[in-house]
Amino acid sequence: MSSMKRSRTHVTCTVNGDEVDFLASDDTSLLDALRDELGLTGAKEGCGTGDCGACSVLVDGRVNCSCLMFAPEAEGSDIVTVEGIAQGDQLHPLQQTFLEGAALQCGICTPGFLVSAKALLDENPDPTETEIRYALAGNLCRCTGYDKIVRSVQEAAVQLRGATR
Amino acid sequence: MKGRQMRYAAPATVDEARTLLSDNPGSQVFAGATDLVPQIRAGRPSPSMVVDLKRIDRLTAVLHEGGQWTIGAATPTADLTRNAEFTAMFPGLSEAAGLIGSDQIQNRSSLGGNLANASPAADSVPALIANAGQAVIASGDGTRTVPAAEIATGPGRTSLADGEFIIEFTLDDPPAGTGDAYLRMIPRTEMDIAIAGAAVRLTIADGTVSDATVVLGAVAPTVVVVTDAEAALVGAALDGGRFDDATLDAVAAAASAACDPIDDKRGTVAYRRQVAGVLAKRAATVAAERAQNGA
Amino acid sequence: MTVTEDRPNYKWVGTRPIRPDGYDKVVGKARFAADLNLPGQLHAAILRSPHGHARVLSIDTTAAEAMPGVKAVVTSADFPELDASNPERDVAENLMARGVVLYVGHALAAVAASTKAEAAAAVAAIEVEYELLPVVLSLDESMAEGAPLVNEHNVTMFVESDGPSNLATVNALERGDVDAAFEAADLVVEREFETAWVHQGYIEPHACVVDVGLDGKADIWASSQGHFRVRSQTAAVLGWDTARVKVTPAEIGGGFGGKTTIYLEPVAVRLSEKSGRPVKIVMSREEVLRATGPAPASKARVRIAATNDGELTAIEGWLGYAVGCTNDMAGFIGAMSVASYKFPNLKLEATASLTNTPKSAAYRAPSAPQAAFAIESVIDEIAQQLDMDPIELRLKNAVVEGDPTAMGMPHPRIGFVECLEAIRESDHYRSPVPEGAARGIGTGFWFNIGEQSSATVNLNEDGTATVITGSPDIGGSRASMALMAAEELGIDVHRITPVVADTESVGFTDVTEGSRATFATGMAVVNACRELIDELKARAATILGVDADAVDWLDGEAVADGKDPLSLAAITAKAKGTGGPLTVTASLNAGGAGPSFAVHCCDLAVDEETGQVTILGYTAAQDAGTAIHPSYVEGQMQGGTVQGIGWALNEEYIYDDEGSMENASFLDYRVPVASDLPMIGTIIVEVPNPAHPYGVRGVGETGIVPPMATIANAISRATSVRMTSLPMSPPKILAALDDR
Repeated sequence: MSSMKRSRTHVTCTVNGDEVDFLASDDTSLLDALRDELGLTGAKEGCGTGDCGACSVLVDGRVNCSCLMFAPEAEGSDIVTVEGIAQGDQLHPLQQTFLEGAALQCGICTPGFLVSAKALLDENPDPTETEIRYALAGNLCRCTGYDKIVRSVQEAAVQLRGATR
Repeated sequence: MKGRQMRYAAPATVDEARTLLSDNPGSQVFAGATDLVPQIRAGRPSPSMVVDLKRIDRLTAVLHEGGQWTIGAATPTADLTRNAEFTAMFPGLSEAAGLIGSDQIQNRSSLGGNLANASPAADSVPALIANAGQAVIASGDGTRTVPAAEIATGPGRTSLADGEFIIEFTLDDPPAGTGDAYLRMIPRTEMDIAIAGAAVRLTIADGTVSDATVVLGAVAPTVVVVTDAEAALVGAALDGGRFDDATLDAVAAAASAACDPIDDKRGTVAYRRQVAGVLAKRAATVAAERAQNGA
Repeated sequence: MTVTEDRPNYKWVGTRPIRPDGYDKVVGKARFAADLNLPGQLHAAILRSPHGHARVLSIDTTAAEAMPGVKAVVTSADFPELDASNPERDVAENLMARGVVLYVGHALAAVAASTKAEAAAAVAAIEVEYELLPVVLSLDESMAEGAPLVNEHNVTMFVESDGPSNLATVNALERGDVDAAFEAADLVVEREFETAWVHQGYIEPHACVVDVGLDGKADIWASSQGHFRVRSQTAAVLGWDTARVKVTPAEIGGGFGGKTTIYLEPVAVRLSEKSGRPVKIVMSREEVLRATGPAPASKARVRIAATNDGELTAIEGWLGYAVGCTNDMAGFIGAMSVASYKFPNLKLEATASLTNTPKSAAYRAPSAPQAAFAIESVIDEIAQQLDMDPIELRLKNAVVEGDPTAMGMPHPRIGFVECLEAIRESDHYRSPVPEGAARGIGTGFWFNIGEQSSATVNLNEDGTATVITGSPDIGGSRASMALMAAEELGIDVHRITPVVADTESVGFTDVTEGSRATFATGMAVVNACRELIDELKARAATILGVDADAVDWLDGEAVADGKDPLSLAAITAKAKGTGGPLTVTASLNAGGAGPSFAVHCCDLAVDEETGQVTILGYTAAQDAGTAIHPSYVEGQMQGGTVQGIGWALNEEYIYDDEGSMENASFLDYRVPVASDLPMIGTIIVEVPNPAHPYGVRGVGETGIVPPMATIANAISRATSVRMTSLPMSPPKILAALDDR
């Protein structure tokens, strides 16, 4: 058996505001690189095929399934994970409304929902319920039936609009 | 694949990409990998190298000049759905691009990938073809341009030769009085692969259809251009802005008859045939509204 | 909205504080099993059968063992063969096939290697010779005369056995004179039904990390609804003493019944033993769908007799469950779950039979949804034929305290009538049905269970408290434990830290299943707090210099005539001088789990050209007894409802002829997405359970029971087509409309 030489690529990018670098095999997903190389285990693998959204991260401001990205694709990009949404000890309004609105039960999908919802509100500060539901359709939750998640996003949108007025 | 590890490369120019592909047998271009990664996870052998086209400026550029749109083949479909000018001109194609999976997927998926993956169910392809999209292909040292309709030749099969890849698509501005629409059937409201899809483009002058294109997806090994439905539409007069039932029934019947579907986990032959007709007549109705409102 | 009987004016119970484990979950710090990594850890991959049924002639792992990075390989030869009397034998053979593979996805071997890729490559290098055996995929095939044997070890439970059989269980229940009642009936409606295999669909794949030390003890971190069961099953499968196994519950990313058994842990233990390294196993989504979970597919024949004024006089039914490759209680429980209507005459038979599909697992009110789909559909048809309001018909026949269940035992105090009335009086039901839509009603029942729980409550020096239980928190139970402790002790809920402890740090506690955690473990917490209060009063008496029986406990303070009240913190501060640490452990085997009923109301529209259903409005009423944390009660109701909507409309296992699941991904196993749904209205009905100090009934399961019939009933009213096969997917509905 030939030896399985695993050459690794050096990747430099910004993660949650910090410049970081890591080594990853080319066939490693960005998700695995975040979790295994950088220790950021907030993003989860629920399916590995882009169907559940638990691995959602922002890449240059846009929501992506990190399970569908090869780690070297991150070179030079600006990545935000759930660990980077709060400002210091100040929770993002979405995090606060998810807590207050009981928008999480088991919590495995929560990081992905928060990232997707942030991407939505960053672009559309006043979404309708239907817009929220479609924007979050790439994130599966099996515990809540989505009701409290949608309401919490609505409430966070109200708070964010209030804060910027 | 044992003992061999997939490599990743991100060329900055079309020529660099050509070289990588020719130097690395078994390599494959990609844009969003939204089909590629699940295929690998499902057991398809990995390419020897994946060549990322997104770092080539030309492949992610969207230009509108001289009455023509040029859309980089690797442009995220979200860039099209967010492009107000493009969406106003090609609402059906924009909608179709916006139906490819979730927001997460649309930030990665591309017209080029959607077409070159050659899934019969690809959402953007019927509307691209209905709008007579042309594909500019990197071929050998140069390029060749073919109708987008000629790329996919069967499920997972294309007319692209080894080393060829799509650089961009061109679309002519539609004539005045033109509207397009794409509708698809999925069991849920999002996240599914189309069981059937229908794109219709109509040009309407003086209350009568002067030009019509009807293209179905997911109901045959490749998209189906339904000439009988087009014939039923061309010359049809609109009454109060709408087609009469006879016209719509003829469109539906022609669309259903043109299907050559399969039974699979997503739908049955009978269902696909029936729903393709429904979608075709509904898309024709929407396209007609748009043609008249935009005119 | 809450309908409440008179009850004490609680300070904490019924409030909605932020759940204590929530902070870690919104910032990405919560540690699920796959998030844990140990130094030197190996990654394991599992070889799974590509065949639905085959004899394993040989397994050759020599090539795999020589692959780079490979540190250990195991097969069934690395596990003791359990004898037929061992209750974990099926679990053992499911997690590592011995001689025969019983379904596509059945584990055959496992490899631990330095990286995931190396483990996967080595698994691919294992060579297996199979001799194919006949594959049995459906209930009909399984029960047919002369059917091939699915599993040569299976013997039918609860009946005299004459050797191996495909039959798992038979349960026959009867009361009254059914034949006479049907003879006398004004109206009889009879229908046949079928439902597909469905998966629990938790978003977190099964995962564990295991480290076996040189002392021969296994340290396990697992995603499970019950770490004590992980311990007992792992020990049983390995033939070990229980004390050799320690299990720490990681945060669990959804279970819904599917994480009440084990698939991975003993495999990781053996790999860790053989390699001397910690081993992590994480399933892929495909593995989860192919090798864990599903809830049984079913068939049913139900006929119900009624009088012209809507009295349901008799039910006769057969319920059949396809339970997968090993024995299962589904059919047995299915018959018992028929408990919502008085039915003076009743004859029910339930059968479960084996198929070459994954070993089925519990899923929220296991086996009740299949039965309720059939019965609630037939009852609705009776209402249609009698032109009666579907709620009035049900109210006329609904069970109340003292009425018999299918088993014959009388119901305790229950809230079915109250739930029906809550929907009848709801804004939703009183509003006109939207244009182009139709409205359906359906109901559900679930037993709930008690079982064993332990809790330790430690009062800290500063008057804060730690509440330690052994119930993995799958839906907010830590918050409920803290609320009940706060109510008892009279201190702020935020001064209480609820903890789910490992198997060595808290007393034995049964699995979080049967909607039992807040009920039974909550009772243990309350008992511990009450014992602590007795101790606090004694300590206060010492401090105040009065007799112990002169001290009362009021609002978190010790009160004695003529003395300044002593706060809890003032007493804990003097713990050392008054007798030492204030800590109490309580344990119990809880009886009196109050049954829970739910009534659902759904508005939907059917696209008659495509067969697509759009849910426009949905309201669920459910009896919670007392809602300790109403937000999480609502969450259980909404979550169960939406799982039921998925079961009703689109979820199903699709097998090819060889028994391979064709849709083993979240792309094609279609759980509901946010845009499929409206808000799910909730009405918490509170008919306190007299057996619980706060009146709690379990709420976790009942919500999944009504939606299938509720939706079918609405579709019937929208289209005049009675759908009898789940899922009611667009192709099926369109075909039924065309046959109309």
